[in-house]
Amino acid sequence: MAEEEMQLDRYERYHGDRPIVVEGLVNRFGSSVVHDDLSLTVNRGEILGVVGGSGTGKSVLMRSIIGLQVPDEGQIEVLGRSITDADLDKDIGVRCRWGVLFQGGALFSTLTVGENVEVPLKQFYPEIDDGLLHEIARYKVILSGLPEEAVNKYPAELSGGMRKRAGLARALALDPELLFLDEPTAGLDPIGAAKFDQLTQELKETLGLTVFLITHDLDTLYEICDRVAVLADRQVIAVGTIPELLETDHPWIDEYFNGPRGRAAQASQQGSNSVDKGGPAEA
Amino acid sequence: MSSEAQFEIEEDGEGAVRLVLSGPYLVSTIGEIDTQLRELDSGFDSIDLSGLTEIDTVGAYIANGLAREHGVEITGASERAARLMKAVGNASDGVDVHPPRAWVWQRVPQGVGILVSDFFSAMLGVVAFLGQIVMAVGSLIRHPSRFRGKALVRQMELVGVSSLPIIGLMSFLIGIVVAQQGAVQLAQFGAETLTINLVGRITLRELGVLMTAIMVAGRSGSAFAAQIGTMKLTEEVDAMRTIGISPIEALVIPRILAAFFMMPLLGFYSAVVAIIGGAVVGDLLLGIPFWTFLERIKEVVPTYDLYVGLIKAPVFGLIVALAGCYHGMQVQGDSEQVGLRTTQAVVSAIFAVIVLDAFFAVFFTELGWG
Repeated sequence: MAEEEMQLDRYERYHGDRPIVVEGLVNRFGSSVVHDDLSLTVNRGEILGVVGGSGTGKSVLMRSIIGLQVPDEGQIEVLGRSITDADLDKDIGVRCRWGVLFQGGALFSTLTVGENVEVPLKQFYPEIDDGLLHEIARYKVILSGLPEEAVNKYPAELSGGMRKRAGLARALALDPELLFLDEPTAGLDPIGAAKFDQLTQELKETLGLTVFLITHDLDTLYEICDRVAVLADRQVIAVGTIPELLETDHPWIDEYFNGPRGRAAQASQQGSNSVDKGGPAEA
Repeated sequence: MSSEAQFEIEEDGEGAVRLVLSGPYLVSTIGEIDTQLRELDSGFDSIDLSGLTEIDTVGAYIANGLAREHGVEITGASERAARLMKAVGNASDGVDVHPPRAWVWQRVPQGVGILVSDFFSAMLGVVAFLGQIVMAVGSLIRHPSRFRGKALVRQMELVGVSSLPIIGLMSFLIGIVVAQQGAVQLAQFGAETLTINLVGRITLRELGVLMTAIMVAGRSGSAFAAQIGTMKLTEEVDAMRTIGISPIEALVIPRILAAFFMMPLLGFYSAVVAIIGGAVVGDLLLGIPFWTFLERIKEVVPTYDLYVGLIKAPVFGLIVALAGCYHGMQVQGDSEQVGLRTTQAVVSAIFAVIVLDAFFAVFFTELGWG
């Protein structure tokens, strides 16, 4: 480890198999322990869904991985670099390799959507000239499924669903390898949510992304997640595909997937599978 | 492995010219050669991507753009490159990233027009707000049980009790400055003892109340605007209306009354502390014993100076609270508005207080309370 330079090679994509490795994570807030010896590994090129009841620390886990929350104990490696060993705010070259979509979109309200997308580009690559910058912003906005006219709109002029897409466009601005989505379909109507799921899936396949996706949406889990990690009792109690999870007999998992909503999502999933068998998605 | 994005124009034996791109074409490497690529003349028949080590959507976009601009084919694209180019392919240019901006001769009259119409609608807004308050007061008088005593006490604590330390410190320092500076000037006429008159009259009549009003505007007026504004944004105000609680009765009236009742007390307190500050200076610099200074205050300051201050104070409190609550209720849309309205609340409150103070000065002098 010592002979490797701290800076990631900026001219190469990450070719390892495990872009995110969390080991023995402990997070405490005062006397309440959110995570206790939590471990989780994300494989390259997968969509990992993270579920758990409210207050089980899903968002805290994400914030720990992206370095917004300094854990009390434990090791976190992102793209082969340790986040926890690095000094706070020291540039270890991973910040430009991930994109984060926060729950409310977290768009800068004084900037237009296009300008929002340009912010990370300007921050990391000041040498890119304005013409190209505008063009990149435009195609990222279109790539995120927004109409082209949305480029010069302010966040306040957009609907909730469009704001999420605009946030996604900003998260994709740097062509990241890792994408963090915090409840992307929360607050969207079912049609918008389904479209957003589809978009996530398509982007993952075309851009070769690894996606860390926090969600409460059972349909999202069934539709697009390759694996699902379940947070409960301050730990990741199970990781695997949904059939694998169903075989474990943890009461929470059972209630989650076999409750009325879980059954409905399961049923609709089986229904849709039989309809579009020749489905899209060349990997 | 090459760590830079490069391009080269190659000619094979049969006269076909190829533009060969090599190295990583990533967002992190493209900035340096993008301009050169744009300046290329159309001297090639195809673009060869087989030398690329890495590509992302930006690289794919550039390659696509080159092919479209020069009307040539792309060859040797890897599977990933082809996929990315397909994904970004339908991005066209046209809409500007920045919001549309009108010409100056259109913008200026437009801006003036907006200012004027905003001014009149703000006037209407103020009148409507005052009307709502009068109605709320009327209905509270008819149904006194609806009055929120607890909220009033809580606001009185926030406006009054918790601002005692800062107002005390400010007043003490003002007393010191007035006494010390006054003494220096009066010494030129050999009238240092008149420092007592100066400190006593100016603090009781003007400075005590005025500075307190400014402090309350900055401390409580801004808090009123920010609290009520945030409650409007989080739809708490709408929730109140739905349940049948009048936000004016629940939020505005207690705040206005709190400021109205606390201002005279704070103003008087401020004047007293300022006089003590003056007495300390008198004791230390002028050789007037502390207690003598206070004794003399009783003799040289007419009682009506105190009345002048105490009459002005509740009016100033009313204005500060009205400005804060009015601007808070005007918040709508986004969080930026909260900041904007808070600033406006403080600025308009201080401005109104100072203008009104000038009127009061003339008025009381005409009354014979000079």
